[in-house]
Amino acid sequence: MELFNKTAVELSSMLKNKEISSVDLTNSVFDRIEKVEGKVDAYVTLNKENALLKAQEIDAKIANGEELHPLAGIPIGIKDNISTKGLRTTCSSKMLENYVPPFNATVMDKIDNAGMVVTGKLNMDEFAMGSSTENSYFKKTKNPFDETRIPGGSSGGSAAAVAASEAIVTLGSDTGGSIRQPASYCGVVGLKPTYGTVSRFGLVAFASSLDQIGPIGKCVEDVAMLQSLICGYDKMDATSAYREYPDFKANLSSDVKGLKIGLPKEYFGDGIDEYVKVSVMNAVKELEKNGAEIREISLPSTDYALSSYYIISSAEASSNLARYDGVKYGFRAENYDNLIDMYEKTRSEGFGDEVKRRIMLGTFVLSSGFYDAYYKKAKLLQRRISAEFSESFKDIDVIATPTVPSTAFKIGENIGDPLKMYATDVCTVTINIAGLPAMSIPCGYDNAGLPIGLQLIGDKFSEQKLLNTAYAYEKLFGGFKLPTL
Amino acid sequence: MNKDYEVVIGLETHAELSTESKIFCDCKNAFGLEVNSQVCPICMGMPGTLPTLNEKVVDYAIMMGHALNCSINRVCKQDRKNYFYPDLPKAYQISQDETPLCQNGYVDIMVNGEEKRIGITRIHIEEDAGKLLHSDKFEGCSLVDLNRCGVPLIEIVSEPDMRSSEEAKAYLETLKSILQYLDICDCKMQEGSIRCDVNVSVHKKGEPFGTRTEMKNVNSFSAAVRGIDFEVKRQIEVLENGGTITQETRRWDDAKGESVSMRSKEDAHDYRYFPEPDLKTIVVEQERIDNLKSLIPELPNKKIVKYVKEYGLSQKDATFIAENIEIAKLFDGCMTKNLYSAKSYTTWILGDLVAYLNETGKTLSQTNINAENLTALVEKIEKKVISNANGKKIFAIIVNEDKDIDNLIDEMGLTQVSDTSALEAIADEVLANNEKSVTDYKNGKTNALGFLVGQCMKASKGKANPGMMKEIILKKIDS
Repeated sequence: MELFNKTAVELSSMLKNKEISSVDLTNSVFDRIEKVEGKVDAYVTLNKENALLKAQEIDAKIANGEELHPLAGIPIGIKDNISTKGLRTTCSSKMLENYVPPFNATVMDKIDNAGMVVTGKLNMDEFAMGSSTENSYFKKTKNPFDETRIPGGSSGGSAAAVAASEAIVTLGSDTGGSIRQPASYCGVVGLKPTYGTVSRFGLVAFASSLDQIGPIGKCVEDVAMLQSLICGYDKMDATSAYREYPDFKANLSSDVKGLKIGLPKEYFGDGIDEYVKVSVMNAVKELEKNGAEIREISLPSTDYALSSYYIISSAEASSNLARYDGVKYGFRAENYDNLIDMYEKTRSEGFGDEVKRRIMLGTFVLSSGFYDAYYKKAKLLQRRISAEFSESFKDIDVIATPTVPSTAFKIGENIGDPLKMYATDVCTVTINIAGLPAMSIPCGYDNAGLPIGLQLIGDKFSEQKLLNTAYAYEKLFGGFKLPTL
Repeated sequence: MNKDYEVVIGLETHAELSTESKIFCDCKNAFGLEVNSQVCPICMGMPGTLPTLNEKVVDYAIMMGHALNCSINRVCKQDRKNYFYPDLPKAYQISQDETPLCQNGYVDIMVNGEEKRIGITRIHIEEDAGKLLHSDKFEGCSLVDLNRCGVPLIEIVSEPDMRSSEEAKAYLETLKSILQYLDICDCKMQEGSIRCDVNVSVHKKGEPFGTRTEMKNVNSFSAAVRGIDFEVKRQIEVLENGGTITQETRRWDDAKGESVSMRSKEDAHDYRYFPEPDLKTIVVEQERIDNLKSLIPELPNKKIVKYVKEYGLSQKDATFIAENIEIAKLFDGCMTKNLYSAKSYTTWILGDLVAYLNETGKTLSQTNINAENLTALVEKIEKKVISNANGKKIFAIIVNEDKDIDNLIDEMGLTQVSDTSALEAIADEVLANNEKSVTDYKNGKTNALGFLVGQCMKASKGKANPGMMKEIILKKIDS
């Protein structure tokens, strides 16, 4: 098997045993990128030169017998909204086309210190707003299982790169499903951690109270390993949780005996395609056969989650994105008459349609006279949704649902219909609204061979339980299958 | 001013807090350094950066809350105030909207010897913005200096309780002296450490409050007075001419001495306040609030009242002393011994001491004067050990040098002579040498007595007790 097709766990032990070098591995991944990137278009910026320098440095350390992090020497791709010092960070926007951060995100310091090899920056929906990666200013990423289809979004580049073996693991970010939804569409494993688990310092903000960086990989072990690396309290992020975390990979267990799995009926309703329901139910039954207990539950406020999500996230986005005004960095319109004109032209020309739509929506819901009717109400619903989840987790360990109502749609299919596009987030947004951890793991394929994702949701800080459940199911299902590219 | 009208004034005062670092990052909080040198990605609002709250700012604001008799909100949040301007790199200011850290307080000010209570609506914490630089040299551009971005501010909002520009000035001066006492603000007006927005309305006596206007860009207390007086005059003129006052924001141009309309109510910014999601709710333990309260000294406005009402000082003298922390401390130190009248100390403090400080440019702590040596000196004079004139000589020495007053009196031979026989000998000699003056006195020229006493003092080299000397001379002339 080619090196680029292997998992981080396999490659880690090969590096440690000196069966391969990091330079060999890095070259293998860049060869792969060269071969398939033309079809997939996962990357916005490649970092080959620096990646090979880092790989050489790690090889030298291994040769010296230094004790290294298990992920040292492993190539990783980074979503292009995570600040990388000296490496341009565009958020897939014209606005930041030439923006090079002068500092690292906290997660990038961790990645660098662990000795991971950064392959480049991955494509996304502009400023993480979207569900298909079609909103990128630069390119449309394709689903490695069918190049006529979207990879999901907004971390479409991150999920597609893992599925197409253009990176061993990647980092994405998830505000309303942006890790889980593309992971589902691309048949890979993605984790959206509990809010406050992974530092947001350096993650270009979309919706501050919902954003969370998380890992994407081909298998649960890779995701567990990467999550252990990136999580942890950060004094630079006031919303970061002050607590210790276990070694998720070392603590993995596939024993699901007595595990209580809740099935919320609201997530199996009319909007969900039949084959998705069947596939998810089969997965749950497999777990039941191995000792898990299945319980039907109800989360009645689910219907309000999507509206609450779009109100809260757009409100925060309208404020977070106001700084892109052409004054300090990034794009500035060329011809303008005065200050206001410069603002208007810069923002009109620099942002894409979806970003402008959300800014307008967010500005509206925060306006005086509308604040109480929209933003305040959405925040009240957020509390209710959180309370319902908390209540559920008194009796159950994990909630299982589909990640997305259907499999990957065609490029261009929903782009003209924002509401239809937003509806693809219906199963994922509630989790961000409640600040919970959730993951998507592959649980089947439709008739066209497109992956279907199982979403597992846990109580706050129950990542280990989620990973264990996913690990157990992965063993039963067989895990990730390579697409033919 | 037209006597039919009453003026209503409320002030929003911004004070820069003198913390070591800025409110949301580790950058130095300093004034006057090279443009854009005290900045980092956080205070420049670069993508992905996050604020973390400097807890010192909370402490300072709570101290001011205590000083202004506010209730402290143990739980409060910070909010985003959204607006576009090139000196605001995030395009929002982190401030407090719904729940300020402190609210419902008051401060007592003194105007014309009378105390007046001004209500304090709220005190909240927020970050300052940068500064725009304009110059012909910039070829049609304006430049931005972000050094001030993230400098911590408290905004103190008063109730509309002031009725004249004089009261507004007294209120601002009281706030300034309290900030200085708490040592939480530099109070350098020329550096913009204290700035205020002025709300003014007028109404005919007995009628409800009029429509108010808000005036920005008021950069000194005297400008506040000029701005208020201008605005009051303008509003009354408008009303007298049958017009109405429109609610608007005006900009004070101190050079031209006039305010101009900036924007009307219709054009007012909608700041779209919402809770700052990047920061946690502020939760202050009661113990911390209590500890901060214990740090509050007796405040200058309280001192002024005490000085006037208990010690009989004029408001001017009381204010002068109270508003200079070091001098107030010296005066209070002298008064705690409660030996002599306040005047026996203020004569020295407001006389020789202030003259010396003005002349040398020193502050009190740079001199050697303290409550101990000043009371000792006053005691020597009050007990007539030395004369007032020789007291001045002693003062001129101890202001610079740490010397014992008793030793100085001995060394310099300044002990006042109160021995009757010695004084009589001096008087005999002086009277013998000045027969003409004696005759003048006897003929009714009473001021000849002063001359004779002066001659005796001169002959004694200033050591003679002048009171006794006078009595002896009178006795001898009359006999």
